[in-house]
Amino acid sequence: MSKDVKAQEAKNPMEDFLRMDRIPHIWCSGCGIGVVVTSFVDALRKSEIDLNKVAIVSGIGCTGRVAGYVKLDSFHSTHGRAIPFATGLKLGNPEMQVVVFSGDGDIAGIGGNHFVHAARRNMDILVICVNNFNYAMTGGQVAATSPINANLSTAPYGNFEYPFSLPYLADACGATYVARWTCLHIRRVTMSIQEAFQKKGFRFIEVIAPCVTLYARRNRLGDGLNLLKYYHDNSEIRHGADTRTLDIGYQGKMIVGKFVDREKPPFLECMNTHMKKALGDKYVPYGE
Amino acid sequence: MKKLKVDPKGVLTGAHYLDGDFAIAEGALAAGCRFFAGYPITPSTETAERFAERIPFVGGIFIQMEDEIASVTALIGASWAGKKAMTVTSGPGFSLMMENIGLAAMMETPIVIANVQRGGPSTGLPTLVGQQDMMQVRWGSHGDYKIIALSPDSPQECFDLTIQAFNLSETYRVPTFIMTDECVGHMHEKVVIPPADKIEVVERKWYEGPKEKYLPYKPDKDMIPFMVKAGDGYRFHTTGLTHDERGYPVINAECQDWVVRHLNDKITKNAEKIIKYEEEQTDNAEVVVVSYGITSRVAYRAVQLARKAGIKVGTLRLITVWPFPEKRIKELAKKVKAFVVPEINYGQMVLEVERAAAGKAPAILVPHCGGWVHNPEDILKAIKEAAK
Ligand SMILES: Cc1ncc(C[n+]2csc(CCOP(=O)(O)OP(=O)(O)O)c2C)c(N)n1
Ligand code: SF4
Repeated sequence: MSKDVKAQEAKNPMEDFLRMDRIPHIWCSGCGIGVVVTSFVDALRKSEIDLNKVAIVSGIGCTGRVAGYVKLDSFHSTHGRAIPFATGLKLGNPEMQVVVFSGDGDIAGIGGNHFVHAARRNMDILVICVNNFNYAMTGGQVAATSPINANLSTAPYGNFEYPFSLPYLADACGATYVARWTCLHIRRVTMSIQEAFQKKGFRFIEVIAPCVTLYARRNRLGDGLNLLKYYHDNSEIRHGADTRTLDIGYQGKMIVGKFVDREKPPFLECMNTHMKKALGDKYVPYGE
Repeated sequence: MKKLKVDPKGVLTGAHYLDGDFAIAEGALAAGCRFFAGYPITPSTETAERFAERIPFVGGIFIQMEDEIASVTALIGASWAGKKAMTVTSGPGFSLMMENIGLAAMMETPIVIANVQRGGPSTGLPTLVGQQDMMQVRWGSHGDYKIIALSPDSPQECFDLTIQAFNLSETYRVPTFIMTDECVGHMHEKVVIPPADKIEVVERKWYEGPKEKYLPYKPDKDMIPFMVKAGDGYRFHTTGLTHDERGYPVINAECQDWVVRHLNDKITKNAEKIIKYEEEQTDNAEVVVVSYGITSRVAYRAVQLARKAGIKVGTLRLITVWPFPEKRIKELAKKVKAFVVPEINYGQMVLEVERAAAGKAPAILVPHCGGWVHNPEDILKAIKEAAK
């Protein structure tokens, strides 16, 4: 057998983790979402976690399609509602590792209130948010994360609204783990996800990723490679940085790293501890 | 459907004096509901409060979510984790739930929602009765789908029909509704809760075949696909997008046709099995009063008065409001002079009576815009008019 044929027959290491019968995927070439999926799959493999006990929930958007491609119990819910869906799933089966994988519009725009409250309750879920600075699926509209002066289809003269800094928001709401990377930092994203798998409570990882077709084209930022170069030149790793200092200006500097890593009992543990104290032996513990 | 052994921890066997809202919570616990997510709203809040008070002694989850959108969506997640899940709300909250009621319908997820109706539109009459969401429950989310809705007329029925609602929801994999109203919700009456072994609860249709063969949307002989639980190793997919048997999105007219027909037909073709109503003296009636919920109790007074006045009046009380018992109305329409339909709205279920009667007999609406129940005299007047 020639080397070439062998290489062709060799199984792609991602095959066990992806729904190969759904490939090719819908993402544009040069899109950053796939890179984050690769890191996620890599983290699943390296964590040697029981895949039968991991669920993935997405909302709607380009990133929202991730749930459809990953071979786990996977739920493609409604726009903005991945977090409450995941909340029900996690509380319904507490032994599962529940991951929300969705876009910035989904998680911080329409779903912002759920994000805030799930973090406040310290719901035991891992939220991976692909931030491409716009609403991509619907054609590049302004988002709650769009930098000031960026041009978007519904901000055709440039955005003038203050954007969210997602790590700051997550931190302020009480998340136990907060990190930000760009999709240039593939290995660090993987490590962050692995680390987050080991932790309990509301864990949040933001990954800044290029939307080449809409955001980049509209703002004449070049192709995927140009954007990765921008990430390379303008991102600075600063672990433990004060989350109040993480704003991202248009084509400006991006502070990345792990900002928060704290221990705090998650929702169910709080419930069981509290109820045992309040009700004694009469309490029937749940999900322990 | 397989019968499920009822967990006695949830069953408060005995005779109680409960309001309808409390009875819904007790019905849910008896049915094995162990997940409740909700957001406070008058006049439904007591159900949530009761559940929150009781669940720590039974073992399960009560969670007050940030809004009704989150509440109903959390139910869908919990249901896929294998839990029987419910929420309760009223007008404004019901409106907020609509998009994800559609998701539950599309994902064919069993969930139960009680709507303790108050007067609308908008904030309307927070503390006063209405029956104005009867069409919203049927049509409220976008797209074509069907649901099941029941309407209790007493606290006892709130208990009984909540168990029924869970059984139907599990059997047909469909969101199922308890469409009660402020009067029944806040009315205190005797509620008898039977011993656990006398309560009939059905088991969800779990898939038991080989793992790799599981198809979440392949209809079984009775049209209802098998379900599995997240975490059991099937690694399945489900989506709110138009999907094939595998649950994979397929965006074309052909697949859309398959999905939409299925979501509708599984209810329509099983309608005779689902529908329940209560009929009295319709055999040689000239007039039949069609009503539901609190209004059927008020109408009963008018019916008694009309009978005293020598009018042959029958009654048909809807227990299942959706699917609507159109076959029965059609039969009656051939025999009666007219239907009288009192409801606490400006004309909703009357449209269904009219449609089913198909011109064979008129349907006379006795509207009430909400805030209080009818004066029986108004219904009596309509009966007299109808008998002419
Ligand atoms: C309730 C509702 N409103 C609007 C939409 C249309 N919509 C679909 S995706 C999307 C935005 C997606 O943006 P984001 O979450 O940032 O994901 P991306 O596509 O950028 O990955 C919108 C507005 C919808 N599906 N549902
Ligand atoms: S539109 Fe943008 S975000 Fe969506 S797939 Fe294409 S590049 Fe990716």
